[in-house]
Amino acid sequence: MANDDVSLAARHGEVHCLLGENGAGKSTLISILSGMLRPDAGEIRVDGKVVSIDAPRAALEFGVGTVYQHSTLVPALTVLQNLLLGETRGLTLKTEAARARLAEVAATLGVEVDPDAPAGELALGRQQQVEIVKALWRGSRVLILDEPTSMLTPQGVAELQKVLRRLKETGIAVIFITHKLHEALAVADRITILRAGRVVGALDTAQLAATSREEVQAHIVRLMFGEASREVADVAELRTELESEEGAGGVEEGAPDADALLELVRASARAVGGFDPGIEDISLMIREGEILGVAGLDGNGQRALAEVIAGERPAAAGEIRLYGAPVQRLDVSARQKLGLRYVTDDRLGEGIVTSLPVSLNLFLKRIGQRPFWRNGRIERRSVDREARLLVDAFDVRTPSVSTRAGALSGGNVQKVVLARELSFDPKVVVFHKPTYGLDLRTTTTVRDMIRGLARGGGAALVISTDLDELLDLCGRILVLSRGRLIGEVENGPNAGERVGELMIGVGDVVAA
Amino acid sequence: MTDVTSDTALSPETRTPVERAAPSRRLVVDVLDVVIRSIVPVLLALGAGAILLLALGRDPITFYSNIWKGGIELTAWQDSAVRAAPLLLIAVGLVVVFRANIWNLGYNGQFLLGAALISGFGPRLVGSEPRWFALVTLTLLAGAAGAVWTLVPALLKARYETNEIITTLMMSFIGVGVANILIKGPFQDPTVNIPQTRVLPLDKMLPAIPGTRIHVGVLLALAAAVIVHFVLTRTSFGLRLQILGANPRAARHVGLNVPRLILMSFLVSGLLIGMAAAADILGTWGYVRANWNPAYGDTVIPFVFLARLNALALIPFVIFYAVLSTGGDLATQQASLPTDFLLVLVALILLFMTVIEYLGRRRALGTSYLTPGLEQALRYSRRRRKTSK
Amino acid sequence: MSELLTRTFMTALISGGLLAGVPLMFTAVGETISERAGVLNIGLEGMMLVGAYVGFIGAYYGHSFWAGFAAGIGGGAATSLVMVVLCVRLGLDQIVVGIAITLAGEGITSVLQDSQFGGTYPRLGSPPTIAIPGLSGIPMVGKSVFDQPLIVYLGFAGVAAVSWIFRRTNAGLNLRAAGERPEALDAAGISVVATRSYAALCTGALAGLGGAYLSTVGAGTFTPFMTQGQGFMAIVIAMLARGKPLWVVLGSFLFGISLSVATALQLAGINISTDLVNMLPFIAIIVALVAFARRSYLPPALALPYFRGAR
Repeated sequence: MANDDVSLAARHGEVHCLLGENGAGKSTLISILSGMLRPDAGEIRVDGKVVSIDAPRAALEFGVGTVYQHSTLVPALTVLQNLLLGETRGLTLKTEAARARLAEVAATLGVEVDPDAPAGELALGRQQQVEIVKALWRGSRVLILDEPTSMLTPQGVAELQKVLRRLKETGIAVIFITHKLHEALAVADRITILRAGRVVGALDTAQLAATSREEVQAHIVRLMFGEASREVADVAELRTELESEEGAGGVEEGAPDADALLELVRASARAVGGFDPGIEDISLMIREGEILGVAGLDGNGQRALAEVIAGERPAAAGEIRLYGAPVQRLDVSARQKLGLRYVTDDRLGEGIVTSLPVSLNLFLKRIGQRPFWRNGRIERRSVDREARLLVDAFDVRTPSVSTRAGALSGGNVQKVVLARELSFDPKVVVFHKPTYGLDLRTTTTVRDMIRGLARGGGAALVISTDLDELLDLCGRILVLSRGRLIGEVENGPNAGERVGELMIGVGDVVAA
Repeated sequence: MTDVTSDTALSPETRTPVERAAPSRRLVVDVLDVVIRSIVPVLLALGAGAILLLALGRDPITFYSNIWKGGIELTAWQDSAVRAAPLLLIAVGLVVVFRANIWNLGYNGQFLLGAALISGFGPRLVGSEPRWFALVTLTLLAGAAGAVWTLVPALLKARYETNEIITTLMMSFIGVGVANILIKGPFQDPTVNIPQTRVLPLDKMLPAIPGTRIHVGVLLALAAAVIVHFVLTRTSFGLRLQILGANPRAARHVGLNVPRLILMSFLVSGLLIGMAAAADILGTWGYVRANWNPAYGDTVIPFVFLARLNALALIPFVIFYAVLSTGGDLATQQASLPTDFLLVLVALILLFMTVIEYLGRRRALGTSYLTPGLEQALRYSRRRRKTSK
Repeated sequence: MSELLTRTFMTALISGGLLAGVPLMFTAVGETISERAGVLNIGLEGMMLVGAYVGFIGAYYGHSFWAGFAAGIGGGAATSLVMVVLCVRLGLDQIVVGIAITLAGEGITSVLQDSQFGGTYPRLGSPPTIAIPGLSGIPMVGKSVFDQPLIVYLGFAGVAAVSWIFRRTNAGLNLRAAGERPEALDAAGISVVATRSYAALCTGALAGLGGAYLSTVGAGTFTPFMTQGQGFMAIVIAMLARGKPLWVVLGSFLFGISLSVATALQLAGINISTDLVNMLPFIAIIVALVAFARRSYLPPALALPYFRGAR
């Protein structure tokens, strides 16, 4: 049951926050409201009247506009064309009228948008603004925002909050979905908490105003995660997450005189189209025992950086060194043999092969090697035996090692990927968004694994858009913008703010 | 079944009812599933074909019983077995590439070039060398011709990701043209007026099983199916091909040498298709006429899919089609229809098969022949009511 | 002697090229519409053949070329319905179904031709043409280029119309989105399936028209398998033209010329093996593909069925 008997009311001129962990059922609810999914039971009422929203078109007609977490803009079309999409009245494109309307809506929101820019070239924050304009284009009176801040800088979040205030003034009802407690508290007039598909609590304006922030936080935490099953350690982890500004616990820095395991010397790689800008002139060094972080808005070259280190993308210039020796000419499997591992963010797209069993997925990077293959022939028993050991060690929930990997849930797929990358002599590991979309328990486990790798004499590069995560793990954090490294921040007090400032420091593309 | 409290559903797939059932029940369902998916499309196609025959004013019962007569009765089954040889080799060659999601549609050109070459060099070779040596050399020569003809599309795809559907088709047309030029030119039989190559003497062709007309080429085809099946399912090479076909991005991520895999699978495919020509020319015909194009590959493709890209499963399916084709020669002749009518039957089998796949998917009857990406997308559409995020 | 050769040869080449290029043009423009919307139509060869046969029947029994063209359009569209139902609506593999359509088209038209005419190949007369005053007086090329049946002029107008539709209309924008990012179109409230269905039907109609032109005007009769790979040529033209209708026209006539070289040579008395000459268009395509290997453009969502909620 993704959603079980959920009741929710959004009022005009009010920001209503839906708060819940990943997996709590928030996105299913959004899909129902926006017409992507049909509910099995229950009803939706707009202005007191029962309506049936069975397709996105219906949602738009009833005045419900949605800004999804993942962009629904067409990169090859301009902003104006994207806004004109979906029109069926009339034959020709009414570009002039659209220009005027865009100026109007943009002014209401207090933002600036270039109508003729190709959508694919806009910064993420700007794209989101276009999506908000699009959601309001047909005169929607309800605006749903699904995890809108996941890709924004702290400054970008502030700008979004300004926009929300303007929206409230115009009388629009805003439903704001998030899993970040501090954001919800910053903007919400009303909070509904979801857990395991059910509504477990709600706080209205009066209650939020009446109690102290500490109490509200504690109350919400209890509601989100329950009381009985909580262990003290978990709550402590939670507090760490909430107090992320102080960069508490578990940061790995490595000894100052330890060997450099991974080095990039002025490395560059070409862009691969779409939202990927490649990297330009990047130099970095990770010592033995160190966890280095790379922060930045999505689409600023993270994928290129990870791939150029792993060998999936050729380095157009510069050097990549493992243990001091240049490896930029080596292919992926050669670098793997040297102990380099890559935990990709695209789990289903390239991390696993969904049609193959879990057992084979665990050894995908060791095809042809003993003891799993002898003379090219597969040794099923060895494969299954080793697979079972790994599944136990990494707590992968699967009916058997022969189950198709595609049948596992997201968290377990990630565990399979981690098991594969970390179980066989990993030395230098690149992690790209290792805990994205995972629930708290798994997230903690994964972060512990990363620390364990560093403590065991390895090194880790953590590329992530989650500042909290980077502050939790890394001794140093680099900031990536438009494919270049624009700064380095030592973890410590106010590190988060400094990283955020760097992220918007150079040029206008980074500004949200 | 996802545990909503502790796991996120980034991969929102739930296990199907079948996957959750007890093992013994699953076996029954699996077997039933295979049978339904394989037999039903054929029956439906034959039924639709019967309707078509009636519309054309022919008697379906006579037609189908002629197929039986011409394909199985008395010693006709031997003719069917013989016809199965090139069909099976081509089908196996297609399985190799299709598993890697590579569409080698150039089989006609690859086949004819192999045929032209051996019918050109054959007469000279069998005259001067011991029989076995000549036959083996010619078979390898034909295989090499087929393999070489895949090089251009293979390299274009490996290097530039050029769509191989187009390149293999174009090369096929060119190959057919080149084969014809060779047959009418340097390989022309100087002693006759008809444009064809010299005829190989019967005692120099592939030997037959004593007492039958079934030549060694048939055994070669069967052996190829078994060997290829083993390679595809049990070796590291086979697994690499499967990964490439299932998820090319994962293939790159995992460190597979994708260009080399593309090249290898194309070459193996071309080799097998070329050898199919050897089986046909050295076993059955002994010569090649100009402008001859049996287009075996076109007609055997649906069965490659019906067999779910499984080389062993191909054997019964290809035998079925061989019977259909051999018997079809008699049946269409008796009904005064062009043999192209069989193309319609084959196309109907393909169409019904795709429909059955769709219906099967809707009732969650297990895995399919389609590439996993498509299969996954179809699962998502069924999951509309079951997302748990 | 060489002067005569040149004149006969050039005229034959150009007029033949135009004649051969028109069916390609219709079919390739149709394929462009589909591809822009995200549907890859491998079954084009079968659709052309059906259009050719039905078109010929229409012209022959209807005693009018327009009846033939109309019949061809209908036949092609009907054939593409299979594609629409199985691939666009049900999401089955577009390549497999395309192969089936080609086989079925080849087989059925051959059987029907035999059944209807039993081994004979009745011919149609020449179609009425409209000569453009002035231009048709140009020596050498005037007669062959500027004196065409009305449908050809309409065809050129149609290509221009398609180009305009892509750039300036709501329907065109929606169609492009269906091929680039179907999720965006769906979120905007338009049915991706419906958009692609219309696109595929247009393709079938145009391929059928191309086939009808081929049989009625081009050859004057229908022979089984007469398209000889032109359906696939049209796919290549559509891919190389990168979705731009004007480039499609150019490509169609270049390939049309390569198709007509054989006849032109024969008329000029030059003796080159027909096999060699028949291979020329395909060799030209391979050469073009190798030369432009990096540049053929396909919309990102091509050949991927769209399912709401899938990622």
